[in-house]
Amino acid sequence: MNIVIVGHVDHGKSTIIGRLLADTGSLPEGKLEQVRDLCERTSKPFEYAFLLDALKDEQAQGITIDAARVFFKSPRRHYIIIDAPGHIEFLKNMITGAARAEAALLVIDAREGVRENSRRHGYMLAMLGIRRVAVLVNKMDLVGHSREVFENIRKEYEAFLAGIGLEADSFLPVSGMGGDNIASPSGTMTWHTGGTVLDVLDGFSSSPPDDKLPFRLPVQDVYKFTRFGDDRRIIAGTIASGQVRVGDRIGFYPSGKSTTVSGIESFPAPTSDEDRVRVASVGEPVGITLSEQLYVTRGDLAVLQGQRSPTVATRLKASVFWLSRSPLKVGQEVLLRIGTARVRAHLESISRVIDAASLEGVSNPVEIARHDVAECVLHCASPIAFDVDAGIPEMGRFVLIDNFEISGGGIIREGLPDEQSWVRSKVLQRNIKWEMSTISLQARAERYCQAGTLVLVTGQADSRKKDLAKALESHLFGLGRLTYYLGLGSVLYGVDADLKTPESDSRTEHRQEHLRRFAEVAHLFLDAGLILVSTATDLTQEDANLINAVLEDHRMLVIWSGDSPSTDVKPDLVADRETGLETAVERIRALLQDQGVLYRA
Amino acid sequence: MSAHLKRLENTSVHILREAYASFKSLAMLWSIGKDSTVLLWLARKAFYGHVPFPLVHIDTHFKIPEMIEYRDRLTREWGLIMVYGENRAALEAGETFPDGKVDRLTCCRNLKTRALAHTLDGSWPRFRFNHQAGRYEKDRNTDPYTGVIVGVRADEEGSRSKERYFSARNRSAGWDIADQPPEFWSFYKTDFAPGTHVRVHPLLDWTELNIWEYIHQERIPTVSLYYDQGSGRRYRSLGCQPCTSPIESTARDVPEIIEELRSGKLASVAERSGRAQDKDDGGGLESLRREGYM
Repeated sequence: MNIVIVGHVDHGKSTIIGRLLADTGSLPEGKLEQVRDLCERTSKPFEYAFLLDALKDEQAQGITIDAARVFFKSPRRHYIIIDAPGHIEFLKNMITGAARAEAALLVIDAREGVRENSRRHGYMLAMLGIRRVAVLVNKMDLVGHSREVFENIRKEYEAFLAGIGLEADSFLPVSGMGGDNIASPSGTMTWHTGGTVLDVLDGFSSSPPDDKLPFRLPVQDVYKFTRFGDDRRIIAGTIASGQVRVGDRIGFYPSGKSTTVSGIESFPAPTSDEDRVRVASVGEPVGITLSEQLYVTRGDLAVLQGQRSPTVATRLKASVFWLSRSPLKVGQEVLLRIGTARVRAHLESISRVIDAASLEGVSNPVEIARHDVAECVLHCASPIAFDVDAGIPEMGRFVLIDNFEISGGGIIREGLPDEQSWVRSKVLQRNIKWEMSTISLQARAERYCQAGTLVLVTGQADSRKKDLAKALESHLFGLGRLTYYLGLGSVLYGVDADLKTPESDSRTEHRQEHLRRFAEVAHLFLDAGLILVSTATDLTQEDANLINAVLEDHRMLVIWSGDSPSTDVKPDLVADRETGLETAVERIRALLQDQGVLYRA
Repeated sequence: MSAHLKRLENTSVHILREAYASFKSLAMLWSIGKDSTVLLWLARKAFYGHVPFPLVHIDTHFKIPEMIEYRDRLTREWGLIMVYGENRAALEAGETFPDGKVDRLTCCRNLKTRALAHTLDGSWPRFRFNHQAGRYEKDRNTDPYTGVIVGVRADEEGSRSKERYFSARNRSAGWDIADQPPEFWSFYKTDFAPGTHVRVHPLLDWTELNIWEYIHQERIPTVSLYYDQGSGRRYRSLGCQPCTSPIESTARDVPEIIEELRSGKLASVAERSGRAQDKDDGGGLESLRREGYM
């Protein structure tokens, strides 16, 4: 079991561990003498803490700078004790240590009482999801083993923990120096009946993983190793929760595209059919093969159909803790990683910042400073899949990367809607119900030497966008490419017949639904591998986002016909009035080649 | 498999896959010892029989000959992409401990630390095993490795207990122990600025006993130097012949080593006690590690 020991600087964490190791005979024989020798040579009094401070500069500074790991054994089980630094400068090291732990010992100095980092570390344990906590009131020898001092600290800290939704399993009066209540009961504090640190550690139960939870597999990678004639396409990842069986129907989120598990791989390869793996559970790093050649990549989340679906959103209400020296400002862009997914995201707004040590709110926050915790809204550039309140904390946890470093972490509290949410939910249903062809997208692309793409020519009403689009179609056709021209308006009378009434102009009244249906039609062409050339008047960026939400992985290129865009759309190419039609077509063709839409036959 | 060993295996495989997904130019150090051989086995597990990146061995040319034979045998049998590097200049100038010109620590620095740094960044020649020709040839790939997988364990020695699973090293391969990036919830440092490289440590939580239990259970082939072959001595940690000595032990096979470790007979002896360079100053290995030694 992994145990972390945390608390304010100088409250005696290392001494307690040193004592625990020495008193239970868990030290290699040479170690104790080696440290005693060193102390003698340098004329320092021996301290149990020196046992852990194996590094030179740590001894020079006299403080633990990183989470040292110590292996330790009780009659009941093996432990790894992680000694986390108490110094505020090293909070990121404390978090690193604590995040690996199943349970925590939090040390408070009996003389100094509850200090800033006693609270900060308590808060971080709650954020990190560590639920088993024992509080050790240390240095009891220096307060005359006073029961009153102990009880006062217990009351104060219990109240603090209650405020952040955490309850300590126990409070213990100890002395690292004297060895009281560490491995053996104290001879002086007979009023304490709650056992020793060793008893408490042995009493922590290791909660077994619950495989009744919904299946979640963040896709880590897709392997296709061709050496030694291997033709397997293996979807690899570590199961975050639940179980999967051969034959199960699974969906990949955020898209929702679904297929069947055809096999679970293993190494060494099975020698007989009985040897074959048929089921895999939470915690296992698996490799699965699929019955259909879906386009799956790292970052997708595999889930079991028929079980609770994950939430898909771009806007997240979240609690965030920040570790970087430079603050996270409203509007600032960072990378967000959740599961194996990674997306650009910006801080949309902050509702409140909490000083993690005092838990007091700051008014009108515009930034999250180092070591602060905030309630805020993050906006991702593309949708992500996650879980809130599904009993799978891992699927709601994320980190933020700024300037190549993990600079913060957080927990998603809620998925919030954005302008495309209504479209995305329809697309999700479409994908779940989609009957896959046996011919993969890639096979089509290879056959046609092109990737299905929408080229959308837009501009003002009087621009020559239709001429340009038709000239492009004819040029591509002349090159032997599979292409089709479809004006946005042409969809109006057929596909949109139910929207179109004599009194209404569906172009304005039902513009969004009109665009969605157009995009669904385009999606069919693209899925079939064609280059679809279309026109639309005054396309806005929001329109483009809506179309993209429907097209998903398929590509759209926007060409602005006219001098400069009169809307906020960000075109991939501008064909101004000066440029001849032929030149403009030539430029678009060059763009298609650059973007890998057209390949050489 | 015991639940604990299974958990260790799961985490290590996960980390290997993260490394493979994150670094374009990835390599794994293979010292031929038991730890990095377990790592190699875990890689074959993670990638279903393949090892999709080169294995790098720093050849000091003072290794025990059997180690090199074993390396090349597994290279052939498992179809490994095997690369070795060396410090040719120091060897030719005799700036080694066995040649008597330098002390043990400087010899390590020359033949291992410097050879490693220059092999990783591609500035010195690398030699790659050509499976068709059956011999080593100068490797045409001189790209620096930006991710390097290493089989260090936290229980081996003090400074290793401070390691992250993913540990960034700057341009000069230096390691700033006080200011390491945070690592939590299975998120590792996989983003890095140009000019830095990352060391990946999938075995950090394993102990010496775990390693042997795993070797036993998976039937991983190991060098026979680890076993007593009648002399009442065996190697517990493998290195260069002049600086590595065997320990008193009659353990003849893997189960006997496991029994020996469990009995606590070796509890009072450091695992690397047979490695002379560790003792040369107050913290020989730590000084070496700061400069880029494994």
